[in-house]
Amino acid sequence: MAKYIIKRVIAAIITLFVLITVVFFLVRLMPGEPFTSAKLTEEVALNMEKYYGFDKPLYMQYFQYIENLLHGNFGYSMFYTNKTVNYIIGQGFPFSADVGIRALMLAISFGIVFGILAAKNRGTKIDFFCVIVAILGTSIPDFIMGALLQYFFGIKWGLLPVAKYRGFEYTILPACALAFYTLASVSRIMRASMLEVVQQDYIKTAKAKGLSNFRITVKHQIRNAIMPVITMLGPTVASVLTGTFVIESIFAIPGMGKYYVESVTQNDYSMILGMTVFYGMFLVVCNLIVDILYGIVDPRVRIGGK
Amino acid sequence: MSEKILELNNVVFSFKTYAGLVHAVRGVSFEVRKGEILGIVGESGCGKSVTAQSILRLNPEPPGFFEGGEILFKGQDIIKMNNKQLRNIRGKDIGFIFQDPMTSLNPTMRVGEQIEEVFIGTGTPKAEVRLKALNIMRLVGINDPERRFMQYPHELSGGMKQRIMIAIALVSRPSLIICDEPTTSLDVTIEAQILDLLLELREKLGTSIIMITHDLGVIARLCDRVVVMYGGKVAEQGTSEDIFFDTAHPYTSGLLKSIARLDMERNQVLTPIEGTPPDLFAPPKGCPFAARCEYAMSVCCEYEPSKTTLTEEHSTYCWLQHDLAPEVNLIVEKREA
Amino acid sequence: MHVEKNKKLTKEMFVVMGKNADDMELIIRPTLSFWQDAWRRLKKNKAAIIGLIIIVCYGLLAIFAPFLSQYEYSTMDTSAIDASPSLVHWLGCDSTGRDLWVRIWMGARVSLTIGLLSATINMCVGAVIGGLCGFYGGKLDMVMMRIVDILYGIPSLIITILVMVVIGKGVMTLIIAMCIVGWIGTCRFVRGEVYRLKGQDFISAAKILGVPDIVIIVQQIIPNVLGLLVTNLCMAIPGAIFQEAFLSYIGLGISPPNCSWGVLAKEGIKMLRVAPHEVAAPAFFICTTMLALNLLGDGLRDAVDPKLRGTD
Repeated sequence: MAKYIIKRVIAAIITLFVLITVVFFLVRLMPGEPFTSAKLTEEVALNMEKYYGFDKPLYMQYFQYIENLLHGNFGYSMFYTNKTVNYIIGQGFPFSADVGIRALMLAISFGIVFGILAAKNRGTKIDFFCVIVAILGTSIPDFIMGALLQYFFGIKWGLLPVAKYRGFEYTILPACALAFYTLASVSRIMRASMLEVVQQDYIKTAKAKGLSNFRITVKHQIRNAIMPVITMLGPTVASVLTGTFVIESIFAIPGMGKYYVESVTQNDYSMILGMTVFYGMFLVVCNLIVDILYGIVDPRVRIGGK
Repeated sequence: MSEKILELNNVVFSFKTYAGLVHAVRGVSFEVRKGEILGIVGESGCGKSVTAQSILRLNPEPPGFFEGGEILFKGQDIIKMNNKQLRNIRGKDIGFIFQDPMTSLNPTMRVGEQIEEVFIGTGTPKAEVRLKALNIMRLVGINDPERRFMQYPHELSGGMKQRIMIAIALVSRPSLIICDEPTTSLDVTIEAQILDLLLELREKLGTSIIMITHDLGVIARLCDRVVVMYGGKVAEQGTSEDIFFDTAHPYTSGLLKSIARLDMERNQVLTPIEGTPPDLFAPPKGCPFAARCEYAMSVCCEYEPSKTTLTEEHSTYCWLQHDLAPEVNLIVEKREA
Repeated sequence: MHVEKNKKLTKEMFVVMGKNADDMELIIRPTLSFWQDAWRRLKKNKAAIIGLIIIVCYGLLAIFAPFLSQYEYSTMDTSAIDASPSLVHWLGCDSTGRDLWVRIWMGARVSLTIGLLSATINMCVGAVIGGLCGFYGGKLDMVMMRIVDILYGIPSLIITILVMVVIGKGVMTLIIAMCIVGWIGTCRFVRGEVYRLKGQDFISAAKILGVPDIVIIVQQIIPNVLGLLVTNLCMAIPGAIFQEAFLSYIGLGISPPNCSWGVLAKEGIKMLRVAPHEVAAPAFFICTTMLALNLLGDGLRDAVDPKLRGTD
């Protein structure tokens, strides 16, 4: 197990390093001078020059940048003058994490339950309903889902607050909008996996032992069927995270995604650079956690690898 | 004659597929007696596995279903049982050993737990269950059972996994064990060990065993009585002696001619049975073996042969036994003096 | 071995005829080729056929609808700002008075093109690289797979966003940005599939018989992977349309007055309180397209799944 974790950690570090390098050179190779903007005050311009080391050759700038990152320093914003990327992340991340975690929990728990229900009641109305939810869910982009929920529950029926983020009832619509797509894909995968596992020989063995259907389902079928869901947790975190970009701007949540989208529309290059690296790191770490989790759940992964 | 514990009467089992019904088992009857080893032999696709699995109702239903017949286990008809009654028989009264130990164990559960699982719902105390599991592991020849108990299937070798499968089938001391080609996927030395183990267990526990195989060597070594199946039907049945030395069905002699024996001449050529078994999607109307039989007569293609009882134990389904039929020599193996 | 003694032959039925070579290996089941069987099962799947019809209709509308309308997609009509759907403007007008019916189909051209092109490019690149790695293995495979593993760990959308920021907005740049990392998924999957096939006996048999590699690839490997690839393509198109809509939504896709469904949705959401029909139209078409492609993809996947062959 220790060997497996070490291997994964090393892979994650290499990935991170490649990511940072790619991002850095992409931004630096941009045509024109992305970091010169009339709006900058002298103080910020000075700070940025010091941070990015514009006077030095490119490779020195790169090492400088890596060093800054190692100190946990993500850079400056050109749009929100005087604010560092760290500050903005500190402001926005709690909101993003809050809505993201709610959505993830909603999506994974309901997705798994729907998938199991559909597979166990294959060909019945329950299955039909779950499949419809799954297909609709994967057909509606989250920003459209957000707009729909906002329009019907917020504007038309006035049941829930339309925007902002001030308490539990404010979190319901954005979390649902964000969760729907993931919920649908989790339930699809879970259903397919359940149906695959039920044909395995060991299910027949379990049946031959005289176990109840309930125990066969829980102990043998679900336990094995859940593996593909765990492998997709990494991409799921990524999709929920990118979903927050638009959901936050629709529901006016002061999270990180909103700042990110703003920085894109405002051509705030230094902030894009800083936040992209931050997002990348966050996702790589999430993938690492999922990998390790997978090793814990599936005993086959721990030893000889795949 | 000792008491019957299982009796199949005219069992018909079919599967629904896109192209229509596949008649996998077409009226099979035989019995299993206390403490005996009954072999079921036949080539791939002859319906032997479906027959075996239908005894515990392990075939998927649907698409499979019983078209008729009865399966009496200690006097009760298994076909008529509800789920709860079935559960009480599966694993407790009848154990089942599957063909492929590689895929028949749950990869995410410790093997010990998979053995203990048989007792779930029986109210046996935990400590006792653990003791029974460890004892059975020792009995099937697993060294260091305490350590093996905590391992996962992928950490065990193929032979070891099959021992675990046997342990699962045996742990509650069932009166019947059904082995569905238990050694097909194992190599020869492991096969010999497993077969010896089964013989030894029969001695120790007095369990009846149904041994399904396509290997006549296994039959000769293990079985008291043999059922030869072909095309979803019984072709011939009798004691091992009857089958090997008083062969009364051309299919059985075909099988015997196709295997190598120690008393053979050096350059004697083995004769295979040419052709393939009939497609049970639309079985031929006469004797299923007619197309491949070297003694086929026109009656064979038209009418199904009926049962001919030769001795108390030995019976065959072949037109050659009819009074009008020519006399042919079906015996391949010479009885030793 | 003595043959029959004819002494008791009273009925000619009991004459031994011996083996019947014709009946011996009789195959009664109807045989279907792979594609025949796949098509048979796809046809049976009503949802997939509906999906196919929707996609074909949308494709035709995207080509012809803008020509057949009296309106231009970029002409603003100040008298029809936020007009509701009516006989004059079938889907109403947007906040600058442009006819939405025409804009939807102009947007469809962009969205569908991007979806189709980027998914196809991704598939081709991924299939070629993955196929070569899987088939030839060795050092090339090892190096490529290390690279792919690392790239796979990097969230693709982030790279796409960044590339868009760097190379600027536009249809072509959007496709380029989506293709830079998009092929990796297909590559991994094709490599795995080819690697699995390569280990199977029929390929070994062909190799032992001295069949040249290129013939093996064309005759054995490609037909076996093609079904899965087509399915994969069908599943990738909604993903690509989704990404385009997302990028346009956050302001990185198509720049006005050009439009795509993502741009239309974004403009519509701004007017949600005032004129909900402006979001309803693009939302409807995005969702139905995705739905149609998902249904078709599901149907195709089931149709080409070898495990499901011969079943209903």
